[in-house]
Amino acid sequence: MDHTPNTMPRQSWTFSNETNSEIRRAAATGIYDIRGGGAKRRVPHFDDLLFLGASMSRYPLEGYREKCETSVTLGTRFAKKPIELKIPITIAGMSFGSLSGPAKEALGRGATMAGTSTTTGDGGMTEEERGHSEKLVYQYLPSRYGMNPDDLRRADAIEIVVGQGAKPGGGGMLLGQKITERVAGMRDLPEGIDQRSACRHPDWTGPDDLEIKILELREITNWEKPIYIKVGGARPYYDVALAVKAGADVVVLDGMQGGTAATQDVFIEHVGQPTLACIRPAVQALQDLGMHRKVQLIISGGIRTGADVAKALALGADAVSVGTAALVALGDNDPKWEAEYQKLGSTTGAYDDWHEGQDPAGITTQDPDLMARLDPEIAGRKLRNYLNVLTLECQTLARACGKSHVHNLEPEDLCALTMEAAAMAQVPLAGTNWYPGKPGF
Amino acid sequence: MSITLDMAQVELREVNTTLQAAAKAQANEAYTITNTRGSHAIACGLDGPLEVTVQGSTGYYCAGMNKEAAITVTGSTGPGVAENMMSGVVTIEGDASQYAGATGHGGLLNIKGNASSRCGISMKGIDIVVHGNIGHMSAFMAQKGNLVVLGDAGDALGDSLYEARLFVRGDVKSLGADCIEKEMRPEHIELLADLLAKTGADAKPEEFKRYGSARKLYNFNIDHADEY
Repeated sequence: MDHTPNTMPRQSWTFSNETNSEIRRAAATGIYDIRGGGAKRRVPHFDDLLFLGASMSRYPLEGYREKCETSVTLGTRFAKKPIELKIPITIAGMSFGSLSGPAKEALGRGATMAGTSTTTGDGGMTEEERGHSEKLVYQYLPSRYGMNPDDLRRADAIEIVVGQGAKPGGGGMLLGQKITERVAGMRDLPEGIDQRSACRHPDWTGPDDLEIKILELREITNWEKPIYIKVGGARPYYDVALAVKAGADVVVLDGMQGGTAATQDVFIEHVGQPTLACIRPAVQALQDLGMHRKVQLIISGGIRTGADVAKALALGADAVSVGTAALVALGDNDPKWEAEYQKLGSTTGAYDDWHEGQDPAGITTQDPDLMARLDPEIAGRKLRNYLNVLTLECQTLARACGKSHVHNLEPEDLCALTMEAAAMAQVPLAGTNWYPGKPGF
Repeated sequence: MSITLDMAQVELREVNTTLQAAAKAQANEAYTITNTRGSHAIACGLDGPLEVTVQGSTGYYCAGMNKEAAITVTGSTGPGVAENMMSGVVTIEGDASQYAGATGHGGLLNIKGNASSRCGISMKGIDIVVHGNIGHMSAFMAQKGNLVVLGDAGDALGDSLYEARLFVRGDVKSLGADCIEKEMRPEHIELLADLLAKTGADAKPEEFKRYGSARKLYNFNIDHADEY
């Protein structure tokens, strides 16, 4: 009998089981993997930062008694009617078509109850959303699906989408199974075909043109509406500077963890920068132009908790935006649908085939039976609750740092747990007064 | 009697405010804009019946998002004339730059001269008649409506076309992905005759060829990967 010890079977880090499964899937189908959501890889994030809190040199506010304001005004630069929000957390743009009508209604209900805005997406403005959103931001996208001057005028703000964090430089694709009669009608397309969304706007190229496009939109809307420009986290310093130059009232900056309805996995995971890495260059650009707090900065991409909100604000953002987290609050990826996720070859928390229209939670679908699973009133209340919790958490941290308004949070309130986070956020590594790239070292 | 707004005297904001108010009031008045000096966004966002004559040439986005108004430009127009037009008639006596009629949902854009590249890009129901030639990538991703060209078309006409109909009398340098020549049926002759008559075009419907979508790219197929 041979007693020679065997080495344990060793899995390759490079060729992991997950990697090999993708190779087999690609070999079988001949097509890249398309999915929804944002980057799933681990990247430096807000979890890698900590608040220092008050102590001998800082004076805290009484947690349950002293006021800590959360309001924010967006669009103070040029718009006659800036948007006033009770909380610095908005709902990100998500299209009707990728989401069901009831889901859009729920987003509007929840956002309105919490005192904030929601945002349309590629596919136009629905009555569900306009009717239930006290403050609605109307996205102006390359496809211009459903774009019309009447909706432009009944919007509370206009968001020109140049890019998004999940796919800076990429367009979109809504597969045919979600192009129902209603969705097709709103987009002026035949039913059941794959609907492509272009990656560039059809009638302008570059910031000089965009400045003129913004002039046109302001002329059409009597200079009333705040104009946002949304960019993906690619070159945040220059992108933000050019957005300001083009005339933006507000810049929305979306990092790579920001979600999409459907894009190639290779795009989501390999293009763009982590949200954490985008904020300081963006704020620096605003400061260099003397525009910090004059042109408001909204950060999105992986915001989940009140701590994330507070850290983004401390790094210089005026507000944040939530998309994926809002869907989870409505009921996306809920464990109660585990059996159905299994049937679809997925599991709770990992389900991301939103483009296929079979969402068990009834959110990313146009199937009437599945859609009926989402009660927009109940889901709206859940979203309100979630937004309230984010706000309370953010206030808790701000008070602990002695701030009477969440906008008074500052980088000096933070330290970093890792070298990478210290470099990206430009706050000291915990226990030191140093971060990589700090002048003078 | 036409009311004159002289842009040497009044700012763009006042011009557009005046025109928008008159259109909204359904006054059916006539306005003439003078000394345009290539200004951008002239007569954009009009929402009602109004007759506007823009004397001279304009910059970007003249007549953008027009509804119901009849706007005539006596000179040439910069990029994006009548972009996203919903209804009404926009007539250009001269030439039009890039993206003429881009994403237009309805109405009629009548260009008496030539149109540059990307004419009718992503059009969604507008009718565009160009009496001269059009540039490359015209009718890219065009969804609905009709593009009529009395002259020649540049490279990649109708690339990634959806259901828009393209009629060209002259030469087409090349067709874009999924765009093919199609049979001219009686209903197309009738449609074309109507558009030619409306725009005062000196041409016969029988002189045109029709181009449309082969519909091979409507649902992703890996065998068509080379087309993308």
